[in-house]
Amino acid sequence: MKAASKVYMALIFIFLYAPILVLIIFSFNDTDTMSRSVFYGFSLRWYKRLFEDRMILIALINTLVIAVVAAIVSTVLGTFAAIGINGMGKKTRKLVMNITNFPMVNPEIVTGVSLMLLFVFISNKIKGLGLGLGTLIIAHITFCLPYVIMSVLPKLRQMDSNLYEAALDLGCTPRRALWKVVLPEIMPGIVTGMIMAFTLSIDDFIISYFASGTTQTLSIYIYSMTRKRISPEINALSTLMFLVIMILLVIVNIRQSADRRALRRKGTEGE
Amino acid sequence: MENNVLVSLENVTVSFDGETPVLKDFNLSIRDGEFVTLLGPSGCGKTTILRSIGGFITPDSGDIYFNGVKITDLPPHKRNVNTIFQRYALFPHLNVYENVAFGMRIKNKSEKEINETVHKMLELVDLKGYAKRGVGKLSGGQQQRVAIARALANDPKMLLLDEPLSALDMKLRKDMQSELKKIQQTTGITFLFVTHDQQEALSMSDTVVVMDKGVIQQIGTPEDIYNEPKNAFVADFIGESNILDGLMLEDYVVSFAGATFKCLDKGFEKREPVDVVIRPEDVKVTEAAKGMLRGVVTSLNFQGVHYEIIVDVKGFKWMIQSTDFEEVGKEIGIILDPDDIHVMKKSEYSGMFGDYSTFSDEMEEDINAASSVDGEAEE
Repeated sequence: MKAASKVYMALIFIFLYAPILVLIIFSFNDTDTMSRSVFYGFSLRWYKRLFEDRMILIALINTLVIAVVAAIVSTVLGTFAAIGINGMGKKTRKLVMNITNFPMVNPEIVTGVSLMLLFVFISNKIKGLGLGLGTLIIAHITFCLPYVIMSVLPKLRQMDSNLYEAALDLGCTPRRALWKVVLPEIMPGIVTGMIMAFTLSIDDFIISYFASGTTQTLSIYIYSMTRKRISPEINALSTLMFLVIMILLVIVNIRQSADRRALRRKGTEGE
Repeated sequence: MENNVLVSLENVTVSFDGETPVLKDFNLSIRDGEFVTLLGPSGCGKTTILRSIGGFITPDSGDIYFNGVKITDLPPHKRNVNTIFQRYALFPHLNVYENVAFGMRIKNKSEKEINETVHKMLELVDLKGYAKRGVGKLSGGQQQRVAIARALANDPKMLLLDEPLSALDMKLRKDMQSELKKIQQTTGITFLFVTHDQQEALSMSDTVVVMDKGVIQQIGTPEDIYNEPKNAFVADFIGESNILDGLMLEDYVVSFAGATFKCLDKGFEKREPVDVVIRPEDVKVTEAAKGMLRGVVTSLNFQGVHYEIIVDVKGFKWMIQSTDFEEVGKEIGIILDPDDIHVMKKSEYSGMFGDYSTFSDEMEEDINAASSVDGEAEE
């Protein structure tokens, strides 16, 4: 029974990670052909080629600009939204949470198409707002927002509500109490939310595809590469993206589990 | 008296989410420099009063005056009162020094003044040398002291304390009680203290306000409250008491438990039904033949200083505290002197308390959650 469950687990991991493993291995393949069957030897030539490709570098810069701006803006908006939601009555809070969570379960393609339609509609009314970097950033802020709210809100719920009152009691205006006491308290949640937003933004393809116009991001560029000449550069680029995303997710996970541990400790001490 | 009132609540009504009001037309005046305790079971509205004065609750109607000025709609940060919260509410991201300095930094005091005050306050609460510690690593009692120092550093006219000792263990609580009292006396700041622990209220306060269901049951000095409870609720909530149905035959003469007794109370109607309170420690035990009342011992509990004896007198179970051992099943006599008997007017609480037929230690602990069973009321 125990052996069977181990085999089962191994199979699942193989299913999940075999394709990525193949991708990583073949990104180091020392050959000019797009061979997926023969490994000719270890080489970094495709990585070197990657950083010589001007198109890829432009896409990389676009991706980073979008991710940084979207992460910052959605973190600021999401944090204040979470503070607002936390202050609501039970019923309104539930309703608003459902509304904010909806985009997370909404099919990405629907979000993408609807955002594109909206952008096109607006750009017809207002000149100079065509699809491009601007619309990409707006789209990314939109889908990152609920994730930021989701990671900040629990921190607010955990916070001793007396802390805010204590700050008021000691002479803070409500705004000052927010800056000096509430924000420092929920900072771990804010940082986690920001990393998450950054990750999601780098990661995204579908929504970006519809909101991009002619602007290239890394994921869109990889997609377009597959449509013309298939080159092992794709392997190298995908490997790098995979690694970056994985590292970011691991950081988020470590932060969250450290947080849960701290909470459990606090819980037992309190009794 | 009237001219040194610091805080007064006038016809204050507070309700939450449109439910039945927690406080209704509530009136209370607190004099400057007093140590006042609001005492009552949970849900009686005592914390609501505190939070109204602190500015965290705006009353539905009625007004609150501070030093003669109306502060009903003033936000908390503009009030010259500070609160000690039940769970301390220290700022976890700041160390002890910065916690205490917090209020002064907000008011842009000079670094020199802040430094002086912080050290003075830490000395006052006996935490010298703790300035650089993180607050998360302090014990409950130490956190409590930091909270007090943090509040006092703002030089408030009044300190509001919301069950501040309830999270501490018994011994620490006793120490903090005397320390709080000492701090109150040295600083001369008005303290409004909220608790459900009657022993705490009696041992610390100048004035005790006993509350139930948002209504003041009695206001008085601890001695008054204990010796002259106004109704069955107060008598039962403060210490142990046997509460019996009685009949006031005439001034200074009352009958209960099938016998007639001399007492010190007067001013009742002839043959007015009354509640009679007899404290367990006032009952004197004697031989059955010599007693004014006779009863059979049904249980005996050793409590250290004394025995707690439950005696069945004609079906009513009395609690008696005596230093002498009495055997279970034995018939004994009871003697009551006139000053052992306290007569109260009938109230809505009549008949609800005072019989020990269902008494057990466990039950008592449920009722007075944090306070201990007995013995303390006598201090």
